[in-house]
Amino acid sequence: MKSANLDSTSRRELLIRAANLAGVGAVLGPLSSLVHAADAKPIKVGFLYSASRDDYGFNQSFAVAAKKLAQMPGVSVEEQERVPETAQCERVMESMIQVDGCKGIVATSFGYWPFVLKLAAKYPDVLFIHGGALWKEGDPKNAIGYRGYMEEPHYLCGIAAGRMTKTGKLGFIGSKPLYFIFNNCNGFVLGARSVRPDATCRVVITGDWDNPVKEAQAVSALADQGVDVIIADVDGPKVSIETAERRGIYSCGYHTDLSALAPKGFLTGAEWNWAKAGDFIHAWQTGGTYPNLLRGGFKDGMVAISPFGKSVPENVRQEVLKARQGFVDDTLKLYKGPLKDNEGKQVLAPGQVISNTDNDYKVNVKWLVEGAIGETGLK
Amino acid sequence: MRSPSDAVDRPDLTQPPAAAPRRRLSLAALPAYAAAVESACLSLGAIAVALLLFGVFVALGGHDPIAVYKALYVGGFGTRFSIEGTLTQASPIILTALCTAVPARVGLLVIGGEGALVLGGLAAVLCATAVAAAPGPIGALVALLGGVCVGALWIAAVGALKHWRGVNETISSLLLNYIAIAIFNHLISGPVRDFSQTLKATSWTVPPAFGIGSMPGWSVHWGLVVGVSLCLVLFVVLRYTTAGFSMDILGGNRRAAQVAGLPIGRLLILACVIGGGAAGLAGAIEVLAVHGAASESLIVGFGYTGILVAFLARQNPLAVIPVAVLVGGISASGGLLQRRFGMPDATTQVLQGLIFLCVLASNAFAGRIAGVSRST
Amino acid sequence: MTDAHGIGWLGIVLAIVGGALRVSTPYLYVSLGEVLTEKSGRVNLGLEGVLLMGAMSGFAAGSLTGSPWLGVLAAGVAGGLLGLLHAAICNLPHVNDIAVGIALFLFGMGLAFYLGKPFIAPRAAMLPALPFGFWSSEPAVRAALEISPLFLIGIVLAIVLRWALANTRWGLLLRMAGESADAARALGYSVNTIRTLATMCGGFLGGIGGAFLSLYYPGNWNEALSSGQGLMAIALVIFARWNPLRCLYASLLFGGASALGPALQTVGITAGYYLWSAAPYVLTLALLIYSSSTRHTLAGAPSELSISR
Repeated sequence: MKSANLDSTSRRELLIRAANLAGVGAVLGPLSSLVHAADAKPIKVGFLYSASRDDYGFNQSFAVAAKKLAQMPGVSVEEQERVPETAQCERVMESMIQVDGCKGIVATSFGYWPFVLKLAAKYPDVLFIHGGALWKEGDPKNAIGYRGYMEEPHYLCGIAAGRMTKTGKLGFIGSKPLYFIFNNCNGFVLGARSVRPDATCRVVITGDWDNPVKEAQAVSALADQGVDVIIADVDGPKVSIETAERRGIYSCGYHTDLSALAPKGFLTGAEWNWAKAGDFIHAWQTGGTYPNLLRGGFKDGMVAISPFGKSVPENVRQEVLKARQGFVDDTLKLYKGPLKDNEGKQVLAPGQVISNTDNDYKVNVKWLVEGAIGETGLK
Repeated sequence: MRSPSDAVDRPDLTQPPAAAPRRRLSLAALPAYAAAVESACLSLGAIAVALLLFGVFVALGGHDPIAVYKALYVGGFGTRFSIEGTLTQASPIILTALCTAVPARVGLLVIGGEGALVLGGLAAVLCATAVAAAPGPIGALVALLGGVCVGALWIAAVGALKHWRGVNETISSLLLNYIAIAIFNHLISGPVRDFSQTLKATSWTVPPAFGIGSMPGWSVHWGLVVGVSLCLVLFVVLRYTTAGFSMDILGGNRRAAQVAGLPIGRLLILACVIGGGAAGLAGAIEVLAVHGAASESLIVGFGYTGILVAFLARQNPLAVIPVAVLVGGISASGGLLQRRFGMPDATTQVLQGLIFLCVLASNAFAGRIAGVSRST
Repeated sequence: MTDAHGIGWLGIVLAIVGGALRVSTPYLYVSLGEVLTEKSGRVNLGLEGVLLMGAMSGFAAGSLTGSPWLGVLAAGVAGGLLGLLHAAICNLPHVNDIAVGIALFLFGMGLAFYLGKPFIAPRAAMLPALPFGFWSSEPAVRAALEISPLFLIGIVLAIVLRWALANTRWGLLLRMAGESADAARALGYSVNTIRTLATMCGGFLGGIGGAFLSLYYPGNWNEALSSGQGLMAIALVIFARWNPLRCLYASLLFGGASALGPALQTVGITAGYYLWSAAPYVLTLALLIYSSSTRHTLAGAPSELSISR
């Protein structure tokens, strides 16, 4: 019964402020058609977060979507935070279904997927939406895995970084050694080197989704090495952005709009548009169809970039937006040959082009492109 | 601060000379149930006070305390679904509580359950992989034993450091927790990683035949039975065997134990081995029954919750069972509090902390009969 | 591996120095606070909860009032109140102070997260830093030598406490309560009062240590802020043999060691970052093993302390 709106007005304001402006544009399109939708069954949707939803990061990007979903006709939203990725989350989802009568579940964190699969088989009348899962044939039909191609906005951030860096040294802070982190890193480096071929990028993996002390130390260590643009692929990039601002270097955001955190140094950022889940919910309400596996970039409105920071000059902005259009038109390909990895091996021959929607390729990326200083540890 | 050794160091001339461990002798002299009853009454009273304080706290936050109490009950025990959830929550913490409770009987305050659990889970994976071709029950047994052994060794190190090197066991077990988690993370991110799992760093998968299933009719896995059985066995062993009695003497008065010629080192290590083995077993069960592999999902604080349970149960293995169910119930109802009242998830932690503080304060009212914490 | 502007291995040294100067401060305050508490004969394991409450209160007060120093004050007061709670319960007969400490840790942590929910997203003004590296043209050196006034206050505090414990009447009373409660009582002083005041002061300092985390470095409030710093600081107290000056050295050592991991990655040593992050704990354990002995109780341990048996 209770929706997500809680006591503090300031929090509501913050969420509104932090809303993804570009994403609103992308969603308002389908939303307006939803207003005219017929037979939209009322549905309660439960959101599970692994940490706080105000974290100015990953969870907040979903909270933003939750707010948008709550505005859809017939949709009410409830949320639970700090749900661990253990049997607990299965209990929480079942509790939402059995006790609160949810017919839609949005499980935001990766580790929830095995439990989602179990419950999807048990409750065929509930739609399970998961952020990031690779749904495959044989998995329950009432489960959806969706995710944006984050490497595309990372490419755009890379362009901005490549143009704005004075030393040519960039920094990438990653949380865990997983394929999407490395794809994002590759996107960032490729974007930077597309405008500045001699740019290098130091990669630091903290090992934790969320560890403010390590992230601050990483930014300091990178800045000591002469890095002047960083991007932090961690669950809560707030600390990294603020530390970068204090060190006087540029920063790019991730997950949601972090431009307010670094008035001088913010360039742009890579944002999600999880509100696409609204389409799935609507389909579930009206008995329509929906994909079980949806991955998309700018072309499908699944990702966005943050508003530009004050320091980004007009010509750089145009260059970034032009590249963005390239993704939308599918004329710009992220992975294309000739391409070497940072150990000198050739990974793509001249003329070889990987489609931007080639999921298999991306999941199996175990290398970092030339120009990145670091290793994945993946085999 | 008073301690059992005071009676030996500073003879109290106003009392007739009595043997040093006064509390211990009284416990043996009076009917056991009187001690247990007083202990239970004090604990229940403390919980009631804590609930009252919690109600005030909740009211200050603008919520209706009665509704919150009801939600706590419903979420933890109100429906069959909640009970199953509570029992699932309670299973691992019954075992990790033993990691603190058993060493506490010999006077050691060990808080290393988290590290032992995590390494036990990893060991279970490695053992299961080593005997992957074995039939189901054998493989599961080997995996469980692997977890027990590794956990036991880890905490035995704590005991050994204390006995032969004088290193404070609370601090060393705490440090070993962090070190264990670091080793665990390092191994599952590389050397024993299953790279086909792209969503998170996960270890090799345990063969499905080795998995531990749910009890018939309930969606709670058999690990609960293992935990409860271990508690019952330990209760009997600690109370009715010579080894158990020796441990109690050591815990009550180290000097008296020395005078009596008890093998102190061996008893300390034994207590640590049992405690660590229990925590390692918890980790192994989590892997076999819930996840099928070891990943960061094992590091969720079961060890630390176990400490809370051990203290609330006054280090008594039998009392650990109901206390774990209570604590599990509170944790399980946290979700309902979040969704119904918009209260932060930390609410249940505040309640647990209040209960803990009140139970400890209630020790002040314990007569000489009650079995107080022996960690002094 | 150096390229233009890169300072290569000097970066590691700077990271360690910078880490020692920055990351050590919370450890310093918490361990100094715990020295006071333990010298009086109590162990307060709840300082982790105190640290978190301090961090939360400091950030909240700083964000609401706009003044980071008011935040520091609020943090200290919050810590002092929790210290009072610890002392009040431990003053009751038959109560085990170590257990109360653990309970306080859980309660303090829960309370901090509960009250701190509305403060995760907002920002607060940060504590200023003094640029001790003004003499260098290298930005890395300048950044490493940005020192917070809290750190300097902490150094002064360590020296003052060391002197005061040995040379003032209060110090003597404190030590007496910790060495021999009967002697203190014989002189007419209430041991419980001394211990209560000592624990409150310990909590006050612990709270300030927490405020440093949220108001300076890393300068944020959320639930992942502390990874056991409070508990580690208590280990440092034993390692430092209850000597405030040694607490300072131990904190510096610990802070420097914890900065190794990310720094090594920036020069290309990327393998085993989890193991590097365990370096401070391994170091502490190794030093603890080295400096402990069964033949004599830990030198400097107050006799009334329950853990020094």
